[in-house]
Order: sequence, then structure tokens, then C-alpha cells
Amino acid sequence: MSFWNDPLKIAADWLMGIFTGWGMPEIAAQILIGFLGVFLLVALLMVLDIFLVWVERKVVARFQDRLGPNRVGPWGLIQPFADIIKLIIKEDTTPGGADKVVYNIAPMLSMMSVLILWAVVPLAPKIIGVDLNIGALYIIAAGAIGTLAIIMAGWSSNNKFALIGAFRQVAVMVSFEIPMLTMLLIPTIFAGSMGFNAIIEAQDIWYVFLAPLAAVIFLIAAIAELGRAPFDMAEGESEIVAGFNIEYSGMKFGMFYAGELLHAFTFGGFMGILFFGGYRFFGLEQVSAFLAVAVIVFKAFIGYWIIMWVKYTLMRIRIDHMLAFNWKFLTPLAFTLLMVTALMNALLAGTSPWIYTSGMFLSNVALGWIALEVARRYSRRERARVEGVVTTSRSTLVG
Amino acid sequence: MTGEQIIFLLTALFTLGSGVMVVTSRNLIHAALWLVSALFGVAVTYALLDAAFLAVVQVVVYIGAIAILFIFAVMLTRKDMRDQGPQMNTNWWFGALLSVLVFGGLFFLLQGWSGLSRTASPIPPGFDSISELGNALISPDAYVLPFEVASVLLVAALIGAVYVAFNPRSGDTRK
Amino acid sequence: MSPWIYIGLFFIVGLIIPVGAIGFAWFLGPRKSNPIKRTTYECGIETVGDSWVQFKAQYYIFALVFLVFDVETVFLFPWAVRLGQLGLFAVVEGIIFILILLAGLVYTWRKGMLEWA
Repeated sequence: MSFWNDPLKIAADWLMGIFTGWGMPEIAAQILIGFLGVFLLVALLMVLDIFLVWVERKVVARFQDRLGPNRVGPWGLIQPFADIIKLIIKEDTTPGGADKVVYNIAPMLSMMSVLILWAVVPLAPKIIGVDLNIGALYIIAAGAIGTLAIIMAGWSSNNKFALIGAFRQVAVMVSFEIPMLTMLLIPTIFAGSMGFNAIIEAQDIWYVFLAPLAAVIFLIAAIAELGRAPFDMAEGESEIVAGFNIEYSGMKFGMFYAGELLHAFTFGGFMGILFFGGYRFFGLEQVSAFLAVAVIVFKAFIGYWIIMWVKYTLMRIRIDHMLAFNWKFLTPLAFTLLMVTALMNALLAGTSPWIYTSGMFLSNVALGWIALEVARRYSRRERARVEGVVTTSRSTLVG
Repeated sequence: MTGEQIIFLLTALFTLGSGVMVVTSRNLIHAALWLVSALFGVAVTYALLDAAFLAVVQVVVYIGAIAILFIFAVMLTRKDMRDQGPQMNTNWWFGALLSVLVFGGLFFLLQGWSGLSRTASPIPPGFDSISELGNALISPDAYVLPFEVASVLLVAALIGAVYVAFNPRSGDTRK
Repeated sequence: MSPWIYIGLFFIVGLIIPVGAIGFAWFLGPRKSNPIKRTTYECGIETVGDSWVQFKAQYYIFALVFLVFDVETVFLFPWAVRLGQLGLFAVVEGIIFILILLAGLVYTWRKGMLEWA
């Protein structure tokens, strides 16, 4: 075992030697080392977060045919640091009617709900905070705390826009949690475990090939969970100004903003872990742990880029349409997919990987096609009803 | 005292303190938020017992769903969040007496019990509680019937909620 | 050592970082508040009434439907973990479980409770 394969254990052993050398009891040293490790990871995430501000601004600029930040430093790279200085020295106002304690706790909880997600993210075969055997449910639990932070922020601000934004966002978040939970069940079925390390280890074939429809539904649910466009009920900057964080300024706003970006990046990472093989990439993870970390960060960035792509391409969907889309389309589809996957998994058990994979893939594609066809028929009938005329068969129009 | 016991005592204090705040805070949303912290304390207790699945489900279901439902319900039913009425009714002394008696009785009974000073024995390595739970839920000689009945129960809850919210007089859902 | 200690550490560090950042900003930033600054921000128009207002019943219905499905899906996780080993019988059980709940969803739908009326 060399440093390149398991750097964490080597570093921990080395620190353990130092701390026990100082006469510290072993258990205290272990906790201290754990604390240092967690602190290091979180500090690195915050640095990454600062960088994400730049990435986001640069990418949105490209999507909108602009240049983006390009004045401060090369390619505007120093821009986020200037932003941070501004956030730090900005006066922090609290609205008069606000509920002060709840108002101040909300941004901290919001950031925390994102940071604790990284406790279960496997960065390399041996670099993982905690290899919980309930990893999939843990991310939903962390999301529950994030939901709570939004409702706290919206309520405590004593602002109608904030409350409306928070309510809409929470309604959307909880609704889309159902398809997300259901889609978490599908990698669980394939891998026979909820732990992320086990899910990655079982992915000799990326799960996106076994369950492409599940990956798409998970992406949609993740975007809704993140509260990003086209599902940005909370912000709705053109109708309810900024939603739940309207009254926040300075660093407290910064926490919501940074939390949102890091959350999107994290869910890009979860896409990579659940459906794209996590840190595995043609045996590269066996060469060195650092390469494995590079692979998963790269995959997370691709997922993040897709989320940004969706955000800057589609327009906002009205809340009633969103909830109808979830409860009348996505949830039944997700449960049907779960039943089909479970059935196929049992029927195809024991067959060769090729038959298994193609059977799963074809059943997913067929189900997706059927669902789209049903939605298309329904929307055509609905349109005919609304317009009062029978539209001719223009099959290219979907919902 | 081991570290685990210290953490347990702190968690228990936190949970009970939050519980007291739930019933004493005058602002209904504050009460709901204190309830969330009490429920979180219970989740920490489960985690201390290495009941990972229960701990996470506690957070997912109670904080993620029930607390949100409570907050929505409070927002829907009350225009004014600050309760004005007295917090005690005339029987408060009886309640206090009863709780003191129960506490005294339990204290007397549990004095000689050695379980209070024991910590949970560690789970043997290789024991996967989720797999065991899965086996128990679906094997025919265990809890398969309760598993299916739970589904019926959930549907009954859903239908009940829909019926309560459905206004038969006006024939629509608007209230 | 229990893995939950690390989870606890993540919670603690996850709180320390934002508290530190906000505290640092509070320490460095100016604090000159006045009543105008502290008014509610609603596009410059004077705020009318209290904003802790009553909300639509529909939010409550969606939260309730969500609660039922949340509990259901949580039940399915142990089932999914063991599915590979248990064969067709377990699959059928799970499918019955899901179908019963989908019947509940259909009922809610037919009663018009999923409409944003």
C-alpha cells in the first residue's frame, strides 16, 4: 500500500503517531484527526465553491452570447474574490419585522445541508467520509434540512414575496422528492446496497446504460430539488423578485448563493456516482487515488454543466404545471419504471451481462417512449378541447 | 462515564428541552421549529444506537415531511401565529401532581436496574441491518403481511385526507 | 469507532464554516441601521398589512400526498436491497405494494385534489 493508493490512511497514521507522541489518548487523537480531515475537505469545497461562482458566470455568459467577467485578473479569474470581499464588507441589514433568531439560523442551515452531503460522497476507493450503508437515504435526509432552511428563511423575513417563494419552492421540493427517492431505488436494486461505495463497485457497466430513463428522471428531480430554472419557484426573479432570500444581504445572502452552486455541483456528482460509475474510469482509479478524485470531480463538473445547460436554455414553468407534471406524469412513470425494473431484474437474473443490459435498456426505452406517446396524445386532445378545433396530426408537438 | 454516555445525556437534554419549548412557545411556527429540533434529537439517539436506517428515516419522514406538513397546516389555519390565550387550564395542578407521581414511581422502580449504566453492546462486524430488515419485510414466514397492510393503511390515510379536504357541498376543492 | 462520529463531525464543521463566515462579515461590515433601511423590501411600494398571511389549502394537500408516498418509498428501500437475492416472489410483493399506493394516487387524482384550483 503506497501513498498514491491510500493517502488518507498514510496521513492519518502519521498524524496519529505525532498526536500520541504528545501524550494524547488514542480516541481523542482519532477524533481530532477526523475533525482535521473533515475540516480540510470542507475548506477545499468552499474554495471550489468560490471557483464555481466564476464558472457559473462564465458559462451563462457563453450561453447568452456575452463574454462574462474578464476584467479582474486573467479571464476574470480574480472576480469571485472581489465578490467575496464585497460580501464580507457589505452591511448586513435585518428587516424590522423579521424574526431575528430564525432569520439568522436559516442561511447557516442552508449551507450546512449542502456540506453534510459530502460525508457520503466517495472520492476514491478509500477516500470517503463515511461509507454508510444507507447513503441513498442520507442525501434525502440532508435535503430535508435544506427544505427546512428555505421555509425558515421565507417565513422569518416577514415579506410576502419571501413567504410565497418559500412556499412554492417547498411544495415543489417535496413533490419532486418522490420521483427522486424512487429513482434512488433503481441503482439500489442493481447494486443490492444503498451505500455509494457499493453502488460504484457494482458498476462494471454504467447504470445509465441499464436505466437511461431513471437517469433522466433523476436529473429532472434533482434540478427541482436544487430549485434551479426551469424549476426556480423560490427565486422567480421576474415575478417575486428573489423569493425566499429577498431580504438577505451580505454574507447571509452569500451563504444561500454559494450553497445553491455547491448543491448543484454536488448533485452533478451524485449523477456521476449513481449512473456514470463514480470514480471508476477504465481502471484509472486503481492507478492512484488522486486520479480517482480527478475522475469524479470531472464527472461532477459534467453533471453540473448539464444542470447549467438546462437552466439557461429553458424558461420557468408555472407552479401548477410543475406540480401537475410531477404528480400526474413523473410519479406514476417513476413507479412504473421501478416495477418494470424489479420484474426485469428477476426475470433476467442469471443471464449473460449482454442480455441483461440490453433487456434493461430496451425496457427503459420502451417505457419512456410509451410515456411520451401517452403525454402527446393527452396534450393533443387537451389542446383540441381548449381551442375548440380538432388539430391535424402534427406529431412533432409534445405537450 | 464513556463518551457515548456523555453524548447521550447531552442529546437527551437537548431533546427534552426542545420538547418543553414546543409546548411553551407562544408562536406556533416557533413551536413547530422546536418540534423539529426535538425530532432531530431523537434521530441522534437512533444514531447512537447504530440504528442507521431508523435515524435517517426519522429525519426524512419526520423533519422532511411531517414538520413541513405541520408548518403548512399552521400557515393555513391561523392568520395570527401568536397565540393570545392562557397556556394553562384550571387542571394544571392535577397534571403537575400526576407527572411528579409518575416520575417518582419510575425513579423508584428503576433505581435498582442495572440497564441504566450499561451501554449498547457493539453490533458484530458484517451485520447488515438493512439486509436483515429487507429479509424480515419480504420473507413469507416473517412480516410480509404487515408490509402489505402498511400499504393499505397508507392508502386509507390518503383517502381520509382527501375526503376531509374535499368539500361536498360546493362540489370542488376550494375552501 | 462508530461512523456516526464522522457524520457528527460533518454537521459540526458544516455549521462552523457558515457561522464563521457570517460572523467574520458581521465583524468587518459597517453597521449603520435606520428605520428606512429596515423596512420590508417589496419593490419600493409601502407594505400593506402583515405578511404572515393565510395560504391556499392546496399546499397542504400536496404535502399530505407527499407524506404518504414518502413513507411508502422509505418502506421500499430494504425491499430493494434484498431484491437480487429473493427472486420473483419478493418482486410480486413489492409490485402489489406499489399498485395499492398507485390506486390511492388515482383516487386523489379522480377526486380532483391534484388540481391547483
